[in-house]
Amino acid sequence: MLNLLVEISKYILIINILLYTLYGFLIFGYKNKKKQNRGFLKQRAFIITIHFIGYFILFLQQKDFMLIFLYLGEVILFIVTIISYQFVYRNLSRLILNHMLMLLMISFVMLARLSVSLAFKQFCFAASALIISLVIPFFIEHFHQLENLGWLYCFLGIGLLVFVAVFGDEKYGAKNWISVGNFFSIQPSEFVKILYAFGAAALLSRAERFKDIIKISIFAAVPVLVLVLSKDLGSALIYFVMYICMLYIATGKFAYFGLSLGMGCIASCVAYRLFSHVRVRVLAWRDPFAYIDNQGYQIAQSLFAIGTGGWFGMGLSGGLPGSIPVRESDFIFSVIAEELGGFFAVCLIFIYISAFIMFINISLKMKKSFYKLTAFGLSVQFFAQIFLNIGGVIKFIPSTGVTLPLLSYGGSSVVSTIILFNIIQGMYVLDQIGVDAVEEKSKPKGRK
Amino acid sequence: MKKNLSQKGENKASVPQKKNSGNREIVVLTYLMTILLLSLAVYFGYYLTVRSSLVINSTYNKRSELLENKILRGSIYSSDGEVLARTVSDEMGTSKREYPFGSLFVHVLGRYTHGKTGLELSENFNMLRSNINPVVKIANELQGKKNPGDNIFTTLDTRLQKAAAEALGSYRGAVVAMEPDTGKILAMVSKPDYDPDGLDAETWDLLTADEQGEARLLNRATQGVYPPGSTFKILTALEYMREHKNYKKYQYDCTGNDVFGEVKIKCYGDSSHGLVDLKTSFLKSCNTSFANIGMTLDKGKFRELCDSFLFNTELLLPFSCSQSSFVLDKASKEEELPQTAIGQGKTGITPMHNAMITAAIANGGILMKPYFVDRRENAYGETISKTVPSEYATLMTKKEALQLTDYMKAVVESGTASSLKGTDYQAAGKTGSAEFDSSGKTHAWFVGFAPADNPEIAVSVILEEAGSGGTYAVPAAKKVLDEYFKNN
Repeated sequence: MLNLLVEISKYILIINILLYTLYGFLIFGYKNKKKQNRGFLKQRAFIITIHFIGYFILFLQQKDFMLIFLYLGEVILFIVTIISYQFVYRNLSRLILNHMLMLLMISFVMLARLSVSLAFKQFCFAASALIISLVIPFFIEHFHQLENLGWLYCFLGIGLLVFVAVFGDEKYGAKNWISVGNFFSIQPSEFVKILYAFGAAALLSRAERFKDIIKISIFAAVPVLVLVLSKDLGSALIYFVMYICMLYIATGKFAYFGLSLGMGCIASCVAYRLFSHVRVRVLAWRDPFAYIDNQGYQIAQSLFAIGTGGWFGMGLSGGLPGSIPVRESDFIFSVIAEELGGFFAVCLIFIYISAFIMFINISLKMKKSFYKLTAFGLSVQFFAQIFLNIGGVIKFIPSTGVTLPLLSYGGSSVVSTIILFNIIQGMYVLDQIGVDAVEEKSKPKGRK
Repeated sequence: MKKNLSQKGENKASVPQKKNSGNREIVVLTYLMTILLLSLAVYFGYYLTVRSSLVINSTYNKRSELLENKILRGSIYSSDGEVLARTVSDEMGTSKREYPFGSLFVHVLGRYTHGKTGLELSENFNMLRSNINPVVKIANELQGKKNPGDNIFTTLDTRLQKAAAEALGSYRGAVVAMEPDTGKILAMVSKPDYDPDGLDAETWDLLTADEQGEARLLNRATQGVYPPGSTFKILTALEYMREHKNYKKYQYDCTGNDVFGEVKIKCYGDSSHGLVDLKTSFLKSCNTSFANIGMTLDKGKFRELCDSFLFNTELLLPFSCSQSSFVLDKASKEEELPQTAIGQGKTGITPMHNAMITAAIANGGILMKPYFVDRRENAYGETISKTVPSEYATLMTKKEALQLTDYMKAVVESGTASSLKGTDYQAAGKTGSAEFDSSGKTHAWFVGFAPADNPEIAVSVILEEAGSGGTYAVPAAKKVLDEYFKNN
């Protein structure tokens, strides 16, 4: 009977997420407000359904009453978020809110499937981040100095990264963790990423001369180098891509983009020759099965999981995620694909694409260069993280060890991603209430 | 500098429209990034539909038990349509693996319980995949019924396998029969064996304890490493032909024994062969003459030849294989040469490897990749995939292969394999009587193929501690060849 329920649930879950994803794109085309509203409500209904079925199946399997509390806690968190955000973020993008909740919800369900205690921790992280985020719109609206603090972001970020590189702990081969107390550790590079976007946006939006650009680029390269040296290749790549994209937008010169991309390629070739940990990643990517006992182990196990699951998956709790290393964080995509199926996993990619396009829409609408650049930089960061993570676990590109936004377990990762979502959300609100008018007034004063 | 100036100018010019600046670039980059994200989805789909079936069929993938809850493991068939292994479930829903031929195929099929081996291991996931109509599949799943897994059709022939097992009689040993021009393995027997049907804990304990030292669990065909004895003279002769263009003029006077350096070599049964050339040395399997030939060989080149003949490397076969070894090299002492040249000394070879070398000679120098699985069919009998024969390596030139074939024909016509003389199929081959310790007992070897001029089958036979190759291994090989040509 239980097996039967798991089998049926598999297909219901896939249908739900397919429809949810479909609305994620249809809504872009809806001009009619009412139609849009209905679309968003339907999306929430799909979220509620998937959430309920997920926990229902898990409860039948594990018979753990903690799951019921966790489920109820999450339902309350979602309801409170939806209501409070509508007040704090007036006219927020409901698409982004829905996507954020959908991804968080899937993460909760999958983590509860792996370990209830992990799911509980993730719930606490997410809840605190959602609460902290309530002040973001206030900040953006009232602190007009944000765009004047370029060098502060820059030095603060570099300082933090250097601090970690010197005093940090090594985990999964990268030295990017700071222990606070005994069992709590944070990954500052996740937060510095946001600071980096702000810093680059603030400085680039002011840069007028070629000399400025050179100066900024040199400072922008420092964090990347620090990250490469602390073996955090994924973050280094994210910072780099974010910067060159922002540079292109700020200057409008494709030559800069091409040039820095070329330099990046040369730098990665040099890194390949210099660092064995880079070579290992490439080796493991080209033929994970030849090195299955060590370097290729993670990717091979990930490919086994995805391949065995097939398009429809093994059913929630039906897979063997225990064999996948770092299953709760870097390789959560493989766990999802194995149990919920290939169709479900592809839908997740499309949900990310929908969120990304919405982010870009917001940055296109922003009139002020600083906000535009920040929103765009954060969107690129979001994109890069998805591409590196999923590309790595499906062996499309070498694995770089980055987390999957909102799905991966990890306090630093989930908190920083929720903040990222809400900063963009805050800017969207700002744009709609016409802060530009306010900005216009303050401009003459601000300018010399 | 110029660049600098012009840029300044542009900046100034764009000041009035600064409001929209950057959007065009954003759109360009967004297209690029969206395409990259879409390519993730496309690659993911490609992996699932095309690549994954090959990838997950790995012994490192621990998910087969999970799949067996959903799929009724497929059956294994012989090339003549017999069921070699099948899974049956009783009313209680518990399933059991059955082997209708009992122990006959155990080493090649492997076992299902106590750690899978053989084809049960290498084809594990292929039998746990159900390529039936997806709608039927989902309907079955929802009814809680297991879907039928795909079936494996092997290249093994039950009649030939039986003949090979009978040919070994009560001896320990192995027989491998393969098709030289495709690489199909037609039969593979290793004795002693065990019955994989209903392998209980007690029997298993006896098998692993192995108090008689029989090594029943060992597939001697692929894992048994034996001294090649005189079958190795094929390679010695080939190396001599390569190093001496006028090898046909070679001459040696055999008196039954001789001393090379400080190594004393004698011919089998102390027979003296008189004045011999290379061909006669080969067909009489004259040890002293071959030791004499060995002394003229370049050790480094001899090593190169053996390495190119897949000694000291892992054979690319679907299941575990021991490496054949040939240790002679440039740095070796001269005194190792005479023994090595006659296939004694430190050289070791598996019966499978010896069959492959023989098949390459039969196939004009080209070794085809040996395979056991002809095709995979779904439960409806539709072919899912079929193995296409592929080349493994070119071991020698066609001319060399023909020359060796000529010598091997002579072995049957007027040499040590005369029990094969006068058959309709005209075999060619080489015998071997390999000493394995100082007791004077020998393993009986025969490698050969037939018909000599248009080979259809190559065999490699070893009977442990039986005696001379000519007396024991050749008649055994004859039984296998007789059976093959009776049916084909």
